[in-house]
Parts: sequence; structure tokens; C-alpha cells
Amino acid sequence: MVFETRGLSKVYRTGDVEVHALRGVDVKFFASEMAVLLGASGSGKSTLLNILGGLDRGSSGQVIFKDTDIAHADDDALTEFRRVSVGFVFQFYNLMPSLTAKENVALVTEISANPMRPEEALDIVGLSERMDHFPAELSGGEQQRVAIARAIAKRPEVLLCDEPTGALDSKTGVRVLEAIVAINQEFGTTTAIITHNAATRKIADRVIYLQDGRVVRSEVNAKKVAPAEVSW
Amino acid sequence: MKTLDRKLLRDVRELWAQALAIALVLAAGVATVVLGNGAYRSLEETRAAYYERYRFADLFATAKRFPRSVVDQVAQVEGVAVVEGRIEQSAILDINGFDQPATGQILSLPPGRELRLNALVMRQGRLPEVDRSNEVVVSETFAKAHGFKPGSQFRAILNGRKKQLRIVGVALSPEFIYAMGPGDLIPDDKRYGIIWMAERAAEAAFDLDGAYNAIVARLDRSATPDAVIKHVDRLLDRYGGTGAFARKDQQSHAFIDAELNQLRTMSQIIPPIFFAVAAFLINMALSRLIVREREQIGLLKAVGYSSRDIAIHYLKFVSLIACAGVMIGIAAGNYLGRGMTRLYAEFFHFPFLFFHYSSSVYFIAIALSLAAAWLGALLAVRGGIGLSPAVAMAPPAPPNYGRNALALPQFARLLPSVANMVLRHTLRFPVRSGLTVIGIAASGGLLIMSMSSWDSIEFMIDVTYFRLQRQDITVTFRELKPQRIANELIKLRGVRSVEILRYAPARLRHGHRHKRIALEGIERDADMRKTLGLSLEQIGVPDIGVALSEKLAQTLNVGLGDRIVVELTQGKRRQFTLPVTAILQGYIGLQAVMDLDSLNRLAGDGNVVSAADLMIDNNALSSLYRSLKEMPAISAVMLQKNSLATFRKTLARNINIMMTTFVTLAVIITFGVVYNSARIQLSERGRELASLRVLGFRRAEVSAILLGEIALLAILALPLSWAFGYAFNWLLISGFDTDLYRVPFVISRHTYVYASLIMLLAALVAALIVRLRVDRLDLIRVLKTRE
Repeated sequence: MVFETRGLSKVYRTGDVEVHALRGVDVKFFASEMAVLLGASGSGKSTLLNILGGLDRGSSGQVIFKDTDIAHADDDALTEFRRVSVGFVFQFYNLMPSLTAKENVALVTEISANPMRPEEALDIVGLSERMDHFPAELSGGEQQRVAIARAIAKRPEVLLCDEPTGALDSKTGVRVLEAIVAINQEFGTTTAIITHNAATRKIADRVIYLQDGRVVRSEVNAKKVAPAEVSW
Repeated sequence: MKTLDRKLLRDVRELWAQALAIALVLAAGVATVVLGNGAYRSLEETRAAYYERYRFADLFATAKRFPRSVVDQVAQVEGVAVVEGRIEQSAILDINGFDQPATGQILSLPPGRELRLNALVMRQGRLPEVDRSNEVVVSETFAKAHGFKPGSQFRAILNGRKKQLRIVGVALSPEFIYAMGPGDLIPDDKRYGIIWMAERAAEAAFDLDGAYNAIVARLDRSATPDAVIKHVDRLLDRYGGTGAFARKDQQSHAFIDAELNQLRTMSQIIPPIFFAVAAFLINMALSRLIVREREQIGLLKAVGYSSRDIAIHYLKFVSLIACAGVMIGIAAGNYLGRGMTRLYAEFFHFPFLFFHYSSSVYFIAIALSLAAAWLGALLAVRGGIGLSPAVAMAPPAPPNYGRNALALPQFARLLPSVANMVLRHTLRFPVRSGLTVIGIAASGGLLIMSMSSWDSIEFMIDVTYFRLQRQDITVTFRELKPQRIANELIKLRGVRSVEILRYAPARLRHGHRHKRIALEGIERDADMRKTLGLSLEQIGVPDIGVALSEKLAQTLNVGLGDRIVVELTQGKRRQFTLPVTAILQGYIGLQAVMDLDSLNRLAGDGNVVSAADLMIDNNALSSLYRSLKEMPAISAVMLQKNSLATFRKTLARNINIMMTTFVTLAVIITFGVVYNSARIQLSERGRELASLRVLGFRRAEVSAILLGEIALLAILALPLSWAFGYAFNWLLISGFDTDLYRVPFVISRHTYVYASLIMLLAALVAALIVRLRVDRLDLIRVLKTRE
């Protein structure tokens, strides 16, 4: 088991208003598993992913990452956690516009202990040909694949993807999902994808359903399909 | 209030720190305009009013002695409105409790009436009684320096006779707003005083019964001074006239002119720097704001606001900043202006001082601020609001780094990614980066300009006191003396060596140009007084011909080998022509030097001298001072070391005040530029920086990108700031070039180093303040939004 949350809650206070984003979430992620978190907007899935990734802290409860509770880790410890153990992929890619594809990947490999070469990472996502291009010269799907290459280049233990296909059309989205699946299978990286796109659930080992800040259901996918067979 | 105006106020509130930084730069510009113009006009108008009320003369002339009837003849000269004859002499003063010999300028007061010209402003007491030969009025500064009041007494050596004088009044005179003793570089109130006594007393003291030796005159408005001078010179010629001169050559007047000139130069160089920097900052900040509000602009247009409405909206925004700048600037300018005026009150002696609050100065300051703000804003607005609403409402394309990055692909490969981000972002906005560099460099230039004042002055002191005139004391004789007077001087206890010299009042002519000057005759083997060539190399006294200081040669428009006409205005008043055989370097006054023996031969009045330089033994100072006070032949004593000390002390204060002001102004610029630049960077790259934090970069690593760019720009600004400092200093120094003094162009290595350090420190502080915001980056929000 890689991750486990126990009674994880998150309350946002804006002025006098309290928003309960998570209400006692208990969830586990297993090694090499590909999990999809599904839920409507506001169901708490992004909040959960942010806390798992060390971007945010819960208001109460525990987050155990390989026997360590990171729920109460300080800022520096969370930075180290993100630096060493987590790869992120975001909806809007978040690439550095002033760096080429290869340099965007190198940005992370330069600060990692045992990274793969940037060229290698870009090859995995099928972008060897375009690694000297700047983000402005790449399509949305290509930019997202650079982001994936960047996320995996440091050989993280977990890969967290927040709506990775959210800004892409179906055809491009499929190529992005293929890259994520390939990495999961080849490197055994524990992968969590959040999406509100129900079709994506078919590529997962397990689907976790969230609603109103609670895990309402978790089901193992009996028949996993390849991304190419998914469409939306 | 319109909704759009409400948005305006909220924008200002959100960007208050940036707005304040810009307003401060503008305020500095406004303050220097208000201060510079205010001080200039205050000084000029105060002087004009003083001259008017107390009837300051337009023309001055001295002679050996002339009958009073000459005054009536001068009054007949066309263009002369009012004339006053008087007796003018210098005397050594012996004051209890002050062992140094002081020098007094003695002037006569007409019996039974007020002075027609150069009227006295009585500050205490009364005028001397007509028949009381021991009653005097003294100048206020001199009285204050010695704690004199009406009733105080001191002794003076008048025409070789010691006389006890009693002070009955204390006064100011428009003739001595700036009163400086012979040979001094700056007024020394303890050692120099003006003394007015009744005409009858002066006549008796100086053996001038029924005669005067000086006149002052006021001219008709339409008169040309040069024509009148010619007439007066002709009248006084046979009475030993030394040449009349106009107001512009009168010492006190000329010094105030020099000060006014400096003020004008300063107020021409400095404010434009601030307004230009402010325009740039406004442009930078507003351009960024417009980019950030791109979608809002699109929306406003979509609902029917015109481009003009939106442009006006942003102009209001910058006008608000300009108003804040103007208000702070006017307040600061007035405050500093009063300080400056108070400084003048110490330095120049006026009976009243106006501080000029002119609505026209404020108007100029407001107009300049608004012009700078609008110029900066219009350039920003022009690029930002032309988009069609549909385009504006869609998110902008990511900035394209492809093109300019091609310029450094090989080089870039060697750098870590973070350095690459810094470098490419800098190059991505070349104009903005360039202007930021220029802005920072301008402040460094200002620092160098102000800090190099010390370098120039130390250099000037070194040349003047340690290379040109190394004597400890110069004594001037009442009249020409035979050269053997040196033998008497060397016998005095405390005198180690003596060198004689002759000052011969003369008019030098070349073509239609001419200049009155004391031609110096010095011994060929003189050791204390030296002559230096233009590159400060030692050159001896020329065997033949005359050596002129550079400024005098320029004034007469002569070069090496040219011949000038020398008209001596003393003794036999001979005329002769001499070749210019050397050009001299020197920073104080105008100089013409020749061999003493040649001068005496040409003058035809024997082997005579008018002054002597002494080297002294400091252990026997008091005894030497006592002897000098007792010597009837001496009319003035110049103490070089004392005058140097006074010079240093007075200047130290003035320059420290000036430097504090300039360092503050320069720091405001650096701070304003760097703070704005860093804030804008943070705003543009907040998303990138937050993304890096998400990827596991530590705060320090992320800050390095922000600070790296600032550091890069600041370092690029260094050499440019040196060039600016050089240029500003050159402009400033050319403004200080007068007959009275010139300031050498010197910038020491220390100045470059310290100015650079202050500039970098100010940049660092500004950058660190912005760096605090890196800690507050919202990591989650940036992942959820497109920019």
C-alpha cells in the first residue's frame, strides 16, 4: 500500500462561510495501481488529490504515505515530498513558456536524485521529435505529454493527474491517457487520475466515486480497456 | 460615483505599494523642481529686493587718492545716476582673546546724511557720531563671531598706527552679502570684518584730508556699464585709478551669481531624470495591469464601453498616482526649500529672506508630472485596448520564446534550466529590460555625481594648498615696499623662510577683450608658490612673457605665443605687451604670473614687492601673530591653513546635506524601479513560480529566478551607471565654471565602488520585499486557472 487516508476532512473558511470540501475520507491506494477518482464538480476530488500530493493539508485526519503521516508535515517536508516522491500532471499543463520541451523536463531532472534522461522521458510520451520546441510551438496534447514526461522523469513513486484531458479534445486526450497507462504498466508507478469524465474510468484498475466530500463507492474494474477504445 | 471609477479606486488599493513607489519617484522629480526653482527664485528675488531697497551700486572704482570734486565730475558722466565718494582701506585688527591677526575692510560714512548707495541695514545700535574718531559700526557676522555688541572694543592698525575702536552699531550691507577676506576660499567671520567709520575719522586715519580713494555709482537703466567704466577710468587715471568694474565683477554679487548658476544647472539636470524614470515605471506597471485585465477590457467593450472610455479610465488611474506624487513632492520640495533657504541665511547675509512659493512653479511641477504619467500611460494603453472584444475575452496565447531563444541555443545548453528561464525572460522583453537597466543606472549615476563632489574638492584642495600655494601665511603690505623688507620678516620669531612677491593691479587686453586682474610677479626660484601646467606638471616661472591660467586665456581668447597688452594701473601706470609663454592650471580665481624682476623692470618703480609668503614654525605661532599685528607695513594677513580648515568645515556641512538629499533621491529611484520590476515579474510569472513550487522546488530556488533577473539587470546597470555618473558629473561641472572658481573633474575609484554598493543594496532590499510574496504564492489556484 502506498497511500492511506483515515478520516481526512478539509474545511475552507472564507469570511463567515465554511465549506466542507472533504468530510472524513478513508481511502487506500495500492502499489502499481491505476486508480480513477470520479465525481462531479465540487465533490472534493481535487482537494483530495492536492492533499495526497502535498500541496495542501487536511483540517483533520491522517494521510499515511509509506508509514509516514504527512498530514502534519511542515512546509519544507512537503516540498521534499513533492520533489522526491510525487509526479504531477495538471489540466493546464503548467509548463515554463521560456523553456523548450526538453528543458522543461530537465528542470525537474536537475533536482532529482535518480532521474531518467529528459530525452528518454520525452521518448516514452512519443515526443522525441519535438523536444527542442517551446510550449508556444506545441499543440495542447503535445504540451500535456511534455508535462507527463516532466512528471515521470524523476521516477516518482506516485503520479497524480488532475483532469489531464480536461482541456483536450477526445482524440488528443486518448494519446495522453495512453502515455499515462504505458508508464503505469512499464514502471509500476502508482497512478491516480481525477476526472469528471465517466468514460475514462474504463482504463482504471479501480474507480473511486466521490460525492459531497465523501467516498461513496469504490469498485474494481473487472474488464480494463485500452485508452484507444475509450471515447467521449 | 460611476462603477468604473469604483473599479479604479479598488485597482489603486490593490496596487497601492507599486503605485506608491511610482508616486515617490514622481514626488522626487516634483520636489527637485519645487526646491530648485523655489531656491533659485527665493535667492534671486531676495537679492533683487535687497539691492533695490538698500540701493546697491552698479559700478565700483578705487584710486590712490582723488579730490572730492572728482565725485561731481563722475556724476556728470552720461549714464551715471548717483555717485558716492568714500574712503576704502584694509587694516589689521587686534582682538582680545583672539590671537590670530584678523583683517578689516574699512569704509567711510558721509557726515550728516545717510549713504546714497550701499545703504546700511542697522541691526543694533546707531551710526558713529560725525566727530567721534573711535566710533565704528561693524558687520553683523563679524560681531556675532566675536560676541561683539555696541560698547565692545577692539584695536586696529590704521595706516601703521594702532587705534582703539569702539563699536556703536552692528549692520548688514548689500555690498557684503557674501564677505570673504583676501586669499580665503570661503568666508571666515572671525578673521574678516567690515568696519564703517565716520568720514572725518577715516580721513584722519589714512591721511586723506579732503580726498577719497574710492567711488561707487548707480547707473541709469539705459546706461551701458562698459561705456561708463571707460569714462570713469579716464577721470581717475591721473589719481592712480586701478580700473572701475561693474556689479558682475563685484565679489559678493559674483558669488551669488555662481550659486544661482549652480542651482540652475542642478535643476536642469536632475528633475528630467525623475520624470523620465516615472514615465517608464507608469508605462511598465500599466502595461501589466492592462494585460491582467485583458478579459475585463473585452467585457467592458462587449457591453458597450468605447476604447476611449477605457483609455480615459486608465488615464484616471495614472493621474491619481501623479496627484499623489505631486502632493508628496510639493510638500517635500517646500520642506527642503525652507531648509535650503535657511542654509542660505547662514551663508549669505540678507536682512530678510523670502521663500518663494510660486504658483507657477507648482503649475510646472504638476504639468511635468501629468505629462510624464500620461506619456507612460498612453504608450501602454495604445497597445492594450485596441483588441476586439472577442479576442480580448479569450485567454492570450502563451508568450512565444521561440524566436529570440534562437539567438543563444549553443550558449543556453551549458546553463541550468533556472538560469535559462532568467536569461530568456530578460531577453523576451528587451525594451522593458533595457529601460529597467537604464532606470537603475540613472540612480547610480546620480549617486556618483553627488558623491564625487568630495573627490573634486579634495583634489582642488590638494592642488591649491599643497601644490600651488604651499606657504603658511601671506602678508600684504599697505604700499609697495623695497625687497629688503624680507630681511625684517625673516627676523621675526617663528618665521622659517620668506619669499617675496608683487601683486600689480593691471588690465590685460587682447583685441577687444580685457580683464582686470592682479598680475603676480614671483621669484624665479620660488619654492612655496608654484606654477603648474595643464596636466599639473611643474613648470617654472617663465623667463620671459606671462603665464595665464586656462580660464583667463579663454576669457582673453589667447593661446601660447599670442601677445597681450598689459596696462598697469598702479605706480607709473606703464603699458607693455608680453607674449603668453605658458598656460596654467588652477581652480581658484584667474591668474597671470610672471617673473618678479621682469615685472619690476617693466613697471619702472624699482625693486619693490607688495606681499610676502612665509613658512612658519607652529610652536611660535602666538608670538608671530603678535609681531604681525604690530607691524605697521602690513595691511592684511592670510592664514592658509586656517582658511583651508574653514573651507573644509563649511563645505563638509553643505556637501553632507547635499549628499544626504541625493542619496535619498537615488535610492528612491532604484527602489521604485526594482520594486516595480520585481512586482511585475512576479505578476507575470507567478504561475510559473507556483508551478515550480508544486514540482518540488524549494522557496529559495524559486526566489532565485525572481532575484536572478533583478540581479542580472542590476549588474548590467553597473557599467552604465558609471557612464551616467561620468556624464552627469561633466554636465554639473561645466555649470560651475566661473571666474571665481572651477571645479576639477575627478571621480575616484572609491566613489564608483560606494555608489555601486548603495545602488545594489537598494535594489536588493526592494527585491527582498517582493521576495516575501513568493512565500505567499497560492499553489493550488495556479493549477486551476489558465493565466
